[in-house]
Amino acid sequence: MIEVRDLHKAFGTVKAVDGVSFTARDGEITGLLGPNGAGKTTTLRMLYTLMAPDRGQVLVDGIDAAVDPLGVRRQLGVLPDARGLYKRLTARENIDYFARLHGLPEALLSTRRDALIKALEMDDIVDRRTEGFSQGQRVKTAIARALVHDPRNVILDEPTNGLDVMATRALRQFMARLKGEGRCVLFSSHIMQEVAALCDRIVVIAHGRVVADESPDALRAMTGENNLEDAFVKIIGSEEGLAA
Amino acid sequence: MNTVTTKVQRSRAFLTVFLKEVRENLRDRRTLISAFLTGPLLGPILFVMLLTVTLNRELDKAEKPLPVPVIGAEYAPNLIDALKAGGVVPGAPIADPERAVRKQDADVVLRIASDYGKAWRKGEPVQVELIYDSSQRDANTAVERVSQLVEGYARQQGAMRLVARGLSPSTAWPLQVARRDQATPQSRAVLMFAMLPYFFVITIFMGGMYLAIDLTAGERERQSLEPLFANPVARWKILAGKLAAICAFSTVSLLITLVAFAVVGRFIPAEKVGMELDLGLHFAAYVLLLMLPVVLLLAALQSMVAAFAKSYREAQTYISLLMLVPIIPSLVLAVMPLKAQVWMYATPLLGQSLGIVQLLRGDGVTTQQIGLCLAGTLAAAVIVVLATIQLYRSERLAIST
Repeated sequence: MIEVRDLHKAFGTVKAVDGVSFTARDGEITGLLGPNGAGKTTTLRMLYTLMAPDRGQVLVDGIDAAVDPLGVRRQLGVLPDARGLYKRLTARENIDYFARLHGLPEALLSTRRDALIKALEMDDIVDRRTEGFSQGQRVKTAIARALVHDPRNVILDEPTNGLDVMATRALRQFMARLKGEGRCVLFSSHIMQEVAALCDRIVVIAHGRVVADESPDALRAMTGENNLEDAFVKIIGSEEGLAA
Repeated sequence: MNTVTTKVQRSRAFLTVFLKEVRENLRDRRTLISAFLTGPLLGPILFVMLLTVTLNRELDKAEKPLPVPVIGAEYAPNLIDALKAGGVVPGAPIADPERAVRKQDADVVLRIASDYGKAWRKGEPVQVELIYDSSQRDANTAVERVSQLVEGYARQQGAMRLVARGLSPSTAWPLQVARRDQATPQSRAVLMFAMLPYFFVITIFMGGMYLAIDLTAGERERQSLEPLFANPVARWKILAGKLAAICAFSTVSLLITLVAFAVVGRFIPAEKVGMELDLGLHFAAYVLLLMLPVVLLLAALQSMVAAFAKSYREAQTYISLLMLVPIIPSLVLAVMPLKAQVWMYATPLLGQSLGIVQLLRGDGVTTQQIGLCLAGTLAAAVIVVLATIQLYRSERLAIST
């Protein structure tokens, strides 16, 4: 479970995150929805302790990120906005590197790795160097290395960015599977349909603030709009930065 | 879930990072060529080529017949004979000797005044002119030779005149200077090898350069630093693994260059000009010892500079500027041959330069000097490492865009 309480983060005079609070529960998919520049990535970066908040608290499975950042990172599997792979290493070597950094014993490492390779259907690319991978192959590899230590909480920053239809479908199924395994899945997106199709709970962020935190149905009821996209526009108050 | 991962084998993180960086960079052709081929071999090859050319020219000059244009040779046939006996080949007179010398058409021109014969017969002092350009270092051997021959002839003739007047030649030379040169064949060599320490430093520098850029600026540019930092490993441990990989590459570079110098040292004809050069195992072992803290110092410096840069290219620019820094001690030693003070040994790079030059001279280095050298450089390396760790803590470091 990920609990976020009143997060603030400013870069100079720009308030990137200005009082964000929400809870992402186990066995649920929580969507962080908002236009570009709303503060989604900065919020997530504070969750996986890449950045320290100016104010506020992050708790992952009850561990305070400010007190034990390494402990928090151990509970998390993260697909950051930056998902660079090591081009001169094969997909398998990329995954193994992160597994070893998590301190996974070699025997467990290979079972976990092979399970993920199967689940993500990447048998054909696993022994190729990642240089020249397609966007979809890159994301698969990045997800595999993020989840190889079997984390209870999964954070995905715009996971479907740049993926084609088939890859997006596969990824959604994979996320549903993670939820089915009882994990807490938190992902960010600016794409309405995606959030609507997947999420148990939607946290809408605009201008660094949470403007709604509801189930998709409640969101529709709240705005009186049947169409979730119209609801979204109504909530954030403009069409700025919105991509369908 | 999460049953085994809580028992993290923390000590493994350092080794994991180190092994991954080494493996990844062993697959990069540019890094390999720079670290194991051009970096370590360029120095020795350049060195042996320069030395062979220089030494052979010195040898040639000392033995070969030396052509010298002479103006007014007909006025002083005896002098000309004396010069010929000394290996000078008198050439045809030229119209504008000053210009010829400046244009390097001739190393030196001898001009004999037309009243030479008359004055000589009267027993009056006569003048012969040597026209040369002392800024043409190349010509110095020639000038020296001609000048010595002329002076020797003058002294001999003077002595004969004194004898003719019934006086002992020694009357005219109440004082005799006897030169006792204390230079050993090894110490003579040092003049030429003052730049050798710089070759070693540059080799270490080039051996680690591409790794240092790749492991910080490169990783950030390729957006892999952020996912890396999302792992439950303290950043200083990641940095330590990366530094170790840089050090491993630059140490191998240094070893290759030491072996190359040992091999190449055998082909330098140093003994022909009375020099002795020992670049063998003993020398290599001491250089390796003195240079080990430099390996760490440079790795940390390069990583620090690369961490400042926003992109690979920017880091490359900064690091090429950084490459000029280690040349300073070698230049100082080459330009102003200072007497070594104790504090100099503790100064990073300067200490190594002094130590290596002493080894070349055959003086050896004392334990105290080695100790100062290692301690001083190691202290500097630790400071730079700590500064780089501090830099690695910055939030901005991981952000690619």
